[in-house]
This record gives sequence, C-alpha cells and structure tokens, in this order.
Amino acid sequence: MAFLTDRKRAEGMGSAKSGTEHHWHMQISSYALVILTPLFLLTFGPQLGNDYETVIAHFARPWPAIICGLMVVVGMWHFRQGFQAVIDDYVSTMMTRKLCIIALACFSYGVMAAGVFALVKLAL
Amino acid sequence: MADMNRDRPLSPFMIGPYYRPQMTSMTSIINRITGSGLAVGALLVVWWLVAAASGPDYFASIDWLITSFIGDLVMFLSVWALWWHTLGGIRHLIWDAGYCLDVETSEKLGYCIIGGSILLTLLTVIIV
Repeated sequence: MAFLTDRKRAEGMGSAKSGTEHHWHMQISSYALVILTPLFLLTFGPQLGNDYETVIAHFARPWPAIICGLMVVVGMWHFRQGFQAVIDDYVSTMMTRKLCIIALACFSYGVMAAGVFALVKLAL
Repeated sequence: MADMNRDRPLSPFMIGPYYRPQMTSMTSIINRITGSGLAVGALLVVWWLVAAASGPDYFASIDWLITSFIGDLVMFLSVWALWWHTLGGIRHLIWDAGYCLDVETSEKLGYCIIGGSILLTLLTVIIV
C-alpha cells in the first residue's frame, strides 16, 4: 500500500452515486405516507381492543385491508431506506456497517412479509 | 480493491461539543429518533395482525399484551412519534421543494411540529 500514490488511494472513494435516487425514493414514499398515515390511524386504530370476531370481519373488508397493507409495505420500505441513512451516519466499521444494513433488510422485509401474509389470510 | 473496504471516516457528530443545541437541530434529530423508534410500533402492530390471522387463542394473548398498560404506553408513544415524524417529514418535503429555508420560518415550522404532534396525538386518542 505504501507504493500507491495518494491519488490512486483516493480513487473510487467518492460518493456511491446512488444518493440522488435514495433521496428521490424517500420523497416518493414520504408523499404516499402523508396520505396513508391518517387513513391508517382512522381505519386501524379503533380495532385495537376489539374482540376477535369484530377484528376478523373488519379486515375482511376491502378498504381497511388495502390501507393497512399499503401502510405496512410502504412504511417498512420507507423505514429500510431511512434507517440505512442512520447506519451510514453512525456506524464507521465497514464490516459492522454491512452487517447492520443486511440485518435491517431482513427485519424490514420480514415485518413487511408477515404483515401482508396476515392481511391476506384475514381477507380470504 | 482491499483499500476500498477499509473503514471510512465519519462526519463528526456536531451537536454537543461543537454546536449548541438549537431548535432546528433538535426538531430534526427528534424526527430521526421517532422514525427509528416507530419500528417498535410497527412490529407490535404486525405481530397483532399475525396473531389475528392465526386464530382466537393466539389473538387473545397478543391482544392482552397490546392493550395492557405497557402496550397502551407503547401505542400512545407510537401515535405521537407517527404524527411527529409525519409533520417533520412534511417540513422536509417543503424544504426539499425549496421553500421556507430561512431560519425564522424553519423555527416557526418547528413550533408547528411540536404543537401539532401533541394536538394530533390527543385528537387521535380521543377520536380513534
């Protein structure tokens, strides 16, 4: 490594070139979530604390199921991208950072898949 | 190529030792904290949905958890975090569109986030 010039060592160490796309995707999901959040609170909120039969019947209806499904999918997608920015900012060790990003993807898509599965099962 | 994988420098964490906490920086960092914290609320909600899909017995146990004092507290804080993050996010969208970037307006919007999130949380608890 001592034989490399400073320029050679600096090459390729710039931006990842995907920052603009990341930001744009965050904006798209943000706009969606501004609309989804109130709808979700209004349709999902009252069900907490209801008995089993009422809850089953509620999520078998199209609108509550669709809104809840969109909230879970878009929300977890937004979370994955947003929390990756947190990891990028605060985790400096390269290996730890990569492991954190992989774990984050597993968590986000895991929660998303579980939510969609539950909603499909409730709806059918 | 091995050089590419070495640890990269972090940008310094400015608030505290170098920067006095300001209204704009605090409301911004709380946006990040609420967004991260909402993972807990999301996990509980999805767990509850999975339980409802699994049958009445499992549902009863999770429903008990989510409507217990701790569950209520987590849900209440999640609702507040959700509203804060929504309002804070809207401020970011306004900034991204190129408006309200001066300090005075940003601080005004900050107060709107603080007041609005509390107001909307109380409204949500009352109505929903």
